[in-house]
Amino acid sequence: MKNLKYLLLRRITQIGLLVLYFGANAYGWTLLKGTFGSSLLFGVIPLADPYTTLQVLATGFVLGTDVLLGALIITLFYMIVGGRAFCSWVCPINMVTDLANWLRRKLNLDREEVNYRFLKRRARYWIMVLGLIVSAIVGIAAFEALSPITIMQRGIIFGFGAGISVVIAIFLFDLFGVKNGWCGHLCPLGATYSLIGKASLVRVKHDHEACTNCMECKIVCPENQVLHMINKESISVTDGECTNCGRCIDVCNDDALEFGIRSFTNSKSTKEKK
Amino acid sequence: MAHSNNRRKFMATTLQSVGLTALGGMLWSGYCDEATASPLVLRPPGALPEKDFLDACIKCGMCAEACVNRESNIDKETGKQRPGTLQMAKGGDHRLIGTPFFKPREVPCYMCDDIPCVPVCPSGALDMPSLLNEKKELDINKATMGLAVVHKESCIAFWGLQCDACYRACPLLDEAISLQYQKNERTGKHAFLLPVVHSDVCTGCGLCEKACVTEKPAIFVLPREYSMGRAGDHYVKGWDKKDQQRAGERKLDEIETHTKRSEKAPADYLNREIEY
Repeated sequence: MKNLKYLLLRRITQIGLLVLYFGANAYGWTLLKGTFGSSLLFGVIPLADPYTTLQVLATGFVLGTDVLLGALIITLFYMIVGGRAFCSWVCPINMVTDLANWLRRKLNLDREEVNYRFLKRRARYWIMVLGLIVSAIVGIAAFEALSPITIMQRGIIFGFGAGISVVIAIFLFDLFGVKNGWCGHLCPLGATYSLIGKASLVRVKHDHEACTNCMECKIVCPENQVLHMINKESISVTDGECTNCGRCIDVCNDDALEFGIRSFTNSKSTKEKK
Repeated sequence: MAHSNNRRKFMATTLQSVGLTALGGMLWSGYCDEATASPLVLRPPGALPEKDFLDACIKCGMCAEACVNRESNIDKETGKQRPGTLQMAKGGDHRLIGTPFFKPREVPCYMCDDIPCVPVCPSGALDMPSLLNEKKELDINKATMGLAVVHKESCIAFWGLQCDACYRACPLLDEAISLQYQKNERTGKHAFLLPVVHSDVCTGCGLCEKACVTEKPAIFVLPREYSMGRAGDHYVKGWDKKDQQRAGERKLDEIETHTKRSEKAPADYLNREIEY
């Protein structure tokens, strides 16, 4: 039986955060108020989304210090500790795309001949930059005008309305369109966190000696280009696009993968390898 | 040879990426432009002018949360919480998604003294200083969320029926809405009591719209930009010192209207053939 430890932990974190946000509106809880755009933790600590903040700044509006400080706190957290963990441990869309991805495997939609490959994974970085340019041109935070992430979160807190269609669209796109299409190819927020978390400390470590080359980790990984060292080298996964979701650790039957702290001595050889 | 092939491929993919980005940018800009084209929307108190507000709002929803969770929002009869005034725009609301707004006919702004929705705004989209009075206290009466407008054909007070629902619902009683007495010529012996809104006092809370007894409200709140005219500098109240001052500050070339026609002498214009 496969281990589900990190999957369950992630779901608990994701749903727990949504419950807190929901309760802040529905019952007046003060533990965690607001939405991902900008929140207030314990009623004092401001938190804000770095990419949303950049978009608003791109429109030319001088934001309040609460938001700027909040964005700084979040940026530092993922930069130093979490890496791209927002995507797999916090973002509610992750549950939608994970479900789509799981169904893909069950429905045999993952075979090469039915997998569309017209999208490049680097598209998200173009979209990230484009979002800032469009924000500056149109004068509103451009990605926030259609972001399925905050639409889903606000939907849960304040009610969905027709916004649910955006979430369904993402699900259908990931299921029948491109594998990991949204989170792995398009989402500019994921791109931002990939860049922010490039040098973070928490990393998945691979033990080449223990690996039996079963490739289960590569099948389940939503960003499997980051697992280039499997059965080749005993190093950490240092690519910023790794979401630290821990699915590879869960599915590994050989204890060849585990979370650890980045070892700086190995990071050089990784770069050479690329 | 391989080197030049690589370079060609690089050039082609770069061109492709730039082209697709331009395409995406145009579609995206167009969408955003359409998404913001919903002018008749009422924002929370202290909101910046609509254009700046759309820049600034970070869509966190803390104003709406503060609004629905305020202590005064408990229904005294049932002890339960009522729906809040502020809604966060959802898909299908035809307002920029995630921004706060209110619909007075559903839930008007109750003009809380402590204005719970404004100080929680982290981005500055709800501008607290604009709501401070001379004593530097929060003063909800300084809010300008909109302006109530009366449609006199559907207002039953203009029919001669006695109704002062809006007048009595107004939190600034007899200041924002006053009743104007007028003789009813039709009956010859009754009076009209006509609601008149005063734009210098009205905050646009919408309690009048909520209270209005007609099927579709005959008094309703519109954003000030749409419910107010402007006389301009051509017209001056000669009897009002302040207004004269306003007119005195104008610059002459700003008020002279220059058109193609105004360049000609009036006589030339009169002697010309009529053009339509």
